[in-house]
Amino acid sequence: MTLIEDRPDIAVKEIGRERLRKEDQRLITGRTKWTDNITLPGMLHMAMVRSPFAHANIININVDAAKAAPHVKAVLTGADLGDGQGVLINAWAITTDQKTPVHLPMPSARVSFAGEIVAVVVARTAAAARDAAELVDVDYEELPAALDLRENAEDKVLAHPDLGTNKSAFWKFDSAEAGTGGNVDEAIATARAEGIVIERDYRQQRLIPAFMEPRSVVVDPTGEQITMWSATQVPHIVRFALAATTGVPESKIRVIAPDVGGGFGGKLQVTPEEWIAWAVGRRLGKPVKYTETRSESLMAAHHGRDQWQKLTLAATKEGKVTGLKVELLADLGSYVAVVGGGVPVLGAFMFNAIYKFPAYQFTCQTVFSNKAWTDAYRGAGRPEATFGIERLMDELANELGVDPFVVREMNWITHEEFPFTTVAGLEYDSGNYEAATAKAKESFGYDALRAEQKQRRDSGDRVQLGIGVSTFTEMCGLAPSRVLGSLNYGAGGWEHASVRMLATGKVEVVTGASAHGQGHETAFSQIIADRLGVPFEDVEVLHGDTQTAPKGLDTYGSRSLVVGGEALVKAADKVIEKARPVAAHLLEASVDDIEFSAGRFSVKGTDQGLAIQEIAGAVFVAHNLPDGMEPSLDSDATYDPINFNYPHGTHLCALEIDTETGQITMRKYTCVDDIGNVINPLIVSGQMHGGLTQGIAQALFEEAVYDDSGTLVSGSFVDYLVPTAADMISFDIGHTTTPSLTNTLGTKGVGEAGTIASTPAVVNAVVDALRQFGVDDVQMPCTPERVWKAIQSGGQKQQVPTEAAAVPHFDESEGGTP
Amino acid sequence: MTRITVQVDDESYTDEVEPRTLLVHYLREQLGKTGTVVGCDTSNCGACTVHLDGRSVKSCNVLAVQADGHEVTTIEGLAKNGELHPMQAAFHECHALQCGYCTPGMIMQSIDLLNENPTPTEKEIRAGLEGNLCRCTGYHNIVRAVQTASGQEVAS
Repeated sequence: MTLIEDRPDIAVKEIGRERLRKEDQRLITGRTKWTDNITLPGMLHMAMVRSPFAHANIININVDAAKAAPHVKAVLTGADLGDGQGVLINAWAITTDQKTPVHLPMPSARVSFAGEIVAVVVARTAAAARDAAELVDVDYEELPAALDLRENAEDKVLAHPDLGTNKSAFWKFDSAEAGTGGNVDEAIATARAEGIVIERDYRQQRLIPAFMEPRSVVVDPTGEQITMWSATQVPHIVRFALAATTGVPESKIRVIAPDVGGGFGGKLQVTPEEWIAWAVGRRLGKPVKYTETRSESLMAAHHGRDQWQKLTLAATKEGKVTGLKVELLADLGSYVAVVGGGVPVLGAFMFNAIYKFPAYQFTCQTVFSNKAWTDAYRGAGRPEATFGIERLMDELANELGVDPFVVREMNWITHEEFPFTTVAGLEYDSGNYEAATAKAKESFGYDALRAEQKQRRDSGDRVQLGIGVSTFTEMCGLAPSRVLGSLNYGAGGWEHASVRMLATGKVEVVTGASAHGQGHETAFSQIIADRLGVPFEDVEVLHGDTQTAPKGLDTYGSRSLVVGGEALVKAADKVIEKARPVAAHLLEASVDDIEFSAGRFSVKGTDQGLAIQEIAGAVFVAHNLPDGMEPSLDSDATYDPINFNYPHGTHLCALEIDTETGQITMRKYTCVDDIGNVINPLIVSGQMHGGLTQGIAQALFEEAVYDDSGTLVSGSFVDYLVPTAADMISFDIGHTTTPSLTNTLGTKGVGEAGTIASTPAVVNAVVDALRQFGVDDVQMPCTPERVWKAIQSGGQKQQVPTEAAAVPHFDESEGGTP
Repeated sequence: MTRITVQVDDESYTDEVEPRTLLVHYLREQLGKTGTVVGCDTSNCGACTVHLDGRSVKSCNVLAVQADGHEVTTIEGLAKNGELHPMQAAFHECHALQCGYCTPGMIMQSIDLLNENPTPTEKEIRAGLEGNLCRCTGYHNIVRAVQTASGQEVAS
């Protein structure tokens, strides 16, 4: 592997500055372009008819009454759309023999989850479409539904009877087979004889990304290109997949992601709603719009996590880990979504985390169910892995009777040991776990809180204090294309950028990374301002439209800065190299004597020089250029990363538990993350705050709950508990900095960091408070009900489902409607 | 259809609406006031918050006919003569928004909060914003924005 040594000495100006965001102005004044804001002449509105059953044959669909309703233009079923509707692709078959059922946007024979679309009503207004959708009469023959992950893995009920099994793919990594480490079964056998073996089953509950902007799509089939606006993270992937599956040439397709209201992985998808809008728009020859309701979003936009983790950790009796064995069951839902089973595989390289484990084995069985399909949710595979290992390290510390940091220090990679090749085969380029941990403990007041905890325990206080620890690292910056190829992923991991020097000296930057709240416009402007020596205000960042940004692989996996930003740097450097001979020509000097610094080309040893804007003007008029020079400074670059980058951090959580009620109150949360060089500290802090909150929410609040007939009972914001301001506290965030060596700017990803480490830190704190009652696990989300029961049970198995009475809205006897 | 006359962002509108039309749909679809958005169907998220006669309401929870003869202020009517409202400015300065979808409702609710309680504690701010969901910011910087707009000292 080549490390990038060429790091020009940039005079620090914009990079590192707390620049206020450029994109705020329109967002705080209501001048936004959400997809649902778009209205086109003659536009028709769509409403979906969705299956109320998790698994059923479609016997008959009667659309007569709906067709006759006021303002209705068409009512279409899967049979009506036929092959023209295309299919929804899975881009990552994790094994070559993966079972991947055909995923039609609108099936005509059988539905396989509650929420699947069986008909679409098209009308002149959204209200008329929705009214008429109520009139579509569907006869179903209900089939047994496959709803329990462990039972589904045993094929007790089949989600897709034709497949003959619920098992989709089995993926394995073994360090002995790969030559990256020893044999894990031998390590476990040795530990059973003379060391410590920790065996645990952990549940990663099903979550819903719950972005604030409901998904929306507009298709305009008029004109030479067919245009789709979509609330998506991935306009380029949508365009490719439309071309690949609907028979429309890629060159005839334009996809636009206008202002997009959050994604968190939840809008990294190719959706039935997009494909149906595409088919209906083309069929009717009119612009069409569909915007989902929140209930539809929670029910039918993809879900995340949903795993059982069977973990075996082997250690010496001193606490040195000798092996880790991970056996996962992962629920795919009813189809293999675009990334699908790739999500747990992204965790395969991360269970060994920041530690030096001599032996490691990871296996994952992906399994179908009759539930919404699962895919990326913030962190995607890495939170699950970090949760598993960080819970185990706490269990090991407890077994030894030592502070949780003792076992971590005993096993982590020390800062002198970088670059370090892990037992999973990744090369970590840099890091300093000792420094981040020391800083976090100090800022947190670790020793004082431990003293208070002891005092509360000794006095038998009703309110007990729990202190949770989690370290983490993650691989981010998806991804080196060769690595993706070796994993059978269907695309590369490069990113594209263009830099255009305008005649007036302003700069247009085009990026293939499509932002949806991250602040690309601001951060990328800072990078370009420094690189080209132009004012921050003079840089315009364009993205999210395949016509202006024709090449790109979009935004996910903490990749925009570390991959997209690097493409930007390379494009800007090409602009400088194109401008250099022009400067030499105009200054009547040799090219070798031209120096570029802070936006100015000057002749060595003289005071003669020209600003880059003056060169841009001279190139625009093209009156006096070097012979044979193409009159353009504009440059493109496509960057394929050479390695991932590896941010890391130490997170500490203190929380209070009322032992009489099970109520948890957050007391303090400190994290110190090493994310390399920071472009904009303000944006970074925002990413951390939001990430922490989502991770804490997994630990304490959120779960997608299905009843025993396969109905999502957490299908509204009344029941799916996205935390409010009152549920959260202010965070104490800090940084240590070891620049990444795998990109020029020395940056590491930050988008997912907060989510990855916070979940285990919180659950470790809960367990830490309750261990005195014989409790060694509380299943997530750690609701007051579960905490209270854990205390009462005195260490009995904690893996109990939420009681049915906790969902009274759906209980007729409680006065709700079923 | 019912005829209503509503003052919205300092302009008077008279329109025919279906009695079932929600205020938010009237604002968005008939008046083109798309700065106010819909985020849920259960009045939990608060993305659609506007002011009705100076008090915050969730406009998905008010019928357009109920606004007849009343005054509505949306996010689009806050800035006067090109000057941002202090709460808008505070959200910008404190980086209290990311994707910006909850922001219009969050700003409208925050203004109402300070109208009621000009110098709220952090706890009071958090309680006062409980009806508005944000998925991006973890609320940390939103709390700081409200503190800033109230002229109080702000911890980092």
